[in-house]
Amino acid sequence: MLVTTALVFVFFVAPNDASDLGFAQRIFYFHVSIAFTAYACFAGGAWNALRHLWKRDPRADLESYVCIHQGLIFGTLVLLTGSIWAKIAWGKWWIWSEDELVLFLVLYLFYCAYFMLRFSVDDGPQRANLSAVYALFGVVLIPVSFAAIRLAKAYFHPEVFTLHGPNFGGSILVTYCIVQAAMLVLGYTLYRLELGAKLLDVRLRRLREVLA
Amino acid sequence: MTTPEKYVTAAYCVVFAVVLVYLLIMALKLQRLERDVDDLAGRVPDEDEEETSQEPAQVG
Repeated sequence: MLVTTALVFVFFVAPNDASDLGFAQRIFYFHVSIAFTAYACFAGGAWNALRHLWKRDPRADLESYVCIHQGLIFGTLVLLTGSIWAKIAWGKWWIWSEDELVLFLVLYLFYCAYFMLRFSVDDGPQRANLSAVYALFGVVLIPVSFAAIRLAKAYFHPEVFTLHGPNFGGSILVTYCIVQAAMLVLGYTLYRLELGAKLLDVRLRRLREVLA
Repeated sequence: MTTPEKYVTAAYCVVFAVVLVYLLIMALKLQRLERDVDDLAGRVPDEDEEETSQEPAQVG
């Protein structure tokens, strides 16, 4: 419902960009919102990892894993929508010399390696502890990736938020807020769905062991 | 349809497709879990069956 409202606002309420981007600027609403949702998921993963290390709670480890998995899905969407945006705005799908693009890719690959680490260790407390420490290190990359957008030099990457607040107002701001809320709610719903399935899987495995 | 319109449509279709694929994978996983639950339920002896199989004992 919220996603549908967001789409209606993006295509029927938000105005065209005054610069040469015009209609293509409508990618921005989902691209930025998805990026913030991905950052939120990675931060959630780090928070749950900290909880796991603090209380040694196996559920916190599972929650951290699901958060990072969600972050990776949203990260994939950021890269895909960002590439389409780059093609329209800069005429190229990807530019290796741009720090903000490369740093987000580094962040993305860092979290891809999280899964390689996790599945290379046998299930148990050691795997949970190693994954938690890795997830905590990864959160450092989020502000670096975010700051890189402000340091973009050769090509102009739009700066959405400054120290003085958002760089836009009116219907654009309203549309952006609705899309952001929709993406956060979508992210949380998918997180709950996956976490529920994972918890059920764990309980079934234990039950099978008891019955065997 | 102009070129920017095509790109915007492509971007939104990509988002939709990725979410759809994810939901499809989750649906398949939930189906597998349901099969596992049925399998485990089949292994647990039925309560009524257990009661009828017990021999009646004289009390008192």
